[in-house]
Amino acid sequence: MPTLRAVVAEDHVLLRDGLIRLLEANDVDVVDAVDNGPMLARALREHVPDVAVVDVRLPPTFTDEGLVAAIAARRETPGLPVLVLSQYVEPLYARELLADGSGGVGYLLKDRVGHVEEFVESVRRVASGGTAMDAEVIGQLVGRTTGPLTRLTDREREVLHHVAQGRSNTAIAQALFVGEKAVGKHIGSIFGKLDLAPSDDDNRRVRAVLAYLQSDTRS
Amino acid sequence: MTSPGPARLRGHLLRQGRAAAELACAVVVGTVAFGTLVCFGLGLILIPVFGIGVPVVIGALGALRRIAGVVRGRAGTALGAELTAPYTSTPSWAWRDLRSCLRDPQTWRDAVWAVANTLLTFATVLVGYILAQIGLHGIGPATFLVPQILLVLAVAIAWWTIPWALHLFVQLARLLLAPPPDPGLRRRVAQLTESRAATVDAQAAELRRIERDLHDGAQARLAAVSITLGLAAQVLRTDPERAFTLLAEARADAGTAQSELRDLVRGIHPPVLADRGLAGGLEAAALLCPVPVRVEIALPHRPQAPVESALYFATTEALTNIGRHAGATRAWLHAGHSDGTLCVLVGDDGHGGADPAAGTGLRGIARRLAAFDGTCRVTSPPGGPTEIRMELPCPLSEPSSPRTTSSSGTG
Repeated sequence: MPTLRAVVAEDHVLLRDGLIRLLEANDVDVVDAVDNGPMLARALREHVPDVAVVDVRLPPTFTDEGLVAAIAARRETPGLPVLVLSQYVEPLYARELLADGSGGVGYLLKDRVGHVEEFVESVRRVASGGTAMDAEVIGQLVGRTTGPLTRLTDREREVLHHVAQGRSNTAIAQALFVGEKAVGKHIGSIFGKLDLAPSDDDNRRVRAVLAYLQSDTRS
Repeated sequence: MTSPGPARLRGHLLRQGRAAAELACAVVVGTVAFGTLVCFGLGLILIPVFGIGVPVVIGALGALRRIAGVVRGRAGTALGAELTAPYTSTPSWAWRDLRSCLRDPQTWRDAVWAVANTLLTFATVLVGYILAQIGLHGIGPATFLVPQILLVLAVAIAWWTIPWALHLFVQLARLLLAPPPDPGLRRRVAQLTESRAATVDAQAAELRRIERDLHDGAQARLAAVSITLGLAAQVLRTDPERAFTLLAEARADAGTAQSELRDLVRGIHPPVLADRGLAGGLEAAALLCPVPVRVEIALPHRPQAPVESALYFATTEALTNIGRHAGATRAWLHAGHSDGTLCVLVGDDGHGGADPAAGTGLRGIARRLAAFDGTCRVTSPPGGPTEIRMELPCPLSEPSSPRTTSSSGTG
């Protein structure tokens, strides 16, 4: 596995040290660790890391400083992989992260860091341009009764749920106890129903998730 | 021991004497008030002349208030009730204070009182002088008891008049120095008392709910985590397999505790509201509604945090209602600010017929807004559409951060 260069932004000392230790133990080289928004912006510009692991809430404002810095950095360096960690997940923020449609985005609850293997896998997936949306982002949106997503069958919606989390077709097939071919067919059907024109597959996956998140404001 | 007759007479005399003294005081105070009033008037006239009048006006204002205070105190004692001063300003050497004093209606009521009181003082002095003349001239060269009769007559008239004159002074003070609150004000006080009580009740209920949720939720889970970890530690060496299972269990419990705490915090103060203000909060809330919501928000600045919170929760309540009852396929949410009023409109194309009196949801919205003098109007004809218009008088603060401005309409 290639060694990744990462920048970590987290203001709680214990969590920051834990994250660094965890990443370094898994072949991720933490090139810089910062504890506030302005320093994060500087670090991202300076190092242009393979991946940034960022806490949403950072000083000095203790609001969504980290998210804003990450999105700004992605405007400067399109596709800069960013994995945002938070105590809460907010579909609105997920939508903003995904909005440029270029992938390389993760948004996970801090609790997930405890599941070390899955977490490291998410970091690697984001670094390679994939997505890692927390299951709860999608979980908050279930129960929709209208919108374009109602065109999807229950199975298709289930598949989209897994796609949003960034799972590969193989992983989805395993999780749903179906063949990989069937998953491929479902995904093709989802793209069709959401009017996603063919482009590269990763990009379409990101746009499918974005469609999920936007379905409410689009009528 | 004294017999009841003379005792009563003595009490009567005492009262009468006190009234006479009181009246004399009122006359003295009235004269001083007249002097102060003249100074005040002169000062006002002299303000345009290089501002010479300003210190005079300020001095006279202070003096007039002090005099009015004394009179209020005496009248209050006579009436057996405390008379309070309804001033909305305090005189000082600051120009702003002077202006607010001159705008204070009670300042002008004080002035009117001083004029009326001066007239009454003059009248009292005049009557007193006439009675004295009659009485004293009566003791001149005797013409068969006539002077004596006049004296007795004068004393009798004075005896009878003194309490009446005093009564007039007291009533004048009560009327002008401590006017009763107008009916509008009284209604407003009743309204505020009611909304305050409702707010306090709601807050207490909220705190109880939080306490219960913590106790039955996260706290209980953490206790379970601690027990499970203890068990795992016990069997770690002897039965690593079982220890592993217990550790996984503990982690799952900790995860659930975290998720319960998250839900709790969301209910107290949603992080997105803290981060993005009302605009972002409403947008995020719309995203969670089961029905597609068209969002249009135009808020130049952020309102105060408590107002944001009230409107946010009122709006989420309205959106939840749409998801639950309306049978709608589309909804819309507009928020804007004009003429010092913040307005949020939530509508849907459902079957209508929502009754504000029947649903606790709508009542909850009204209660939340009432604490800020806000109103909630529901129009919901049978067959729809339903619109809930929430309005709240509120000045918007200056922009604290440019990011708080948001306007979103994905159409």
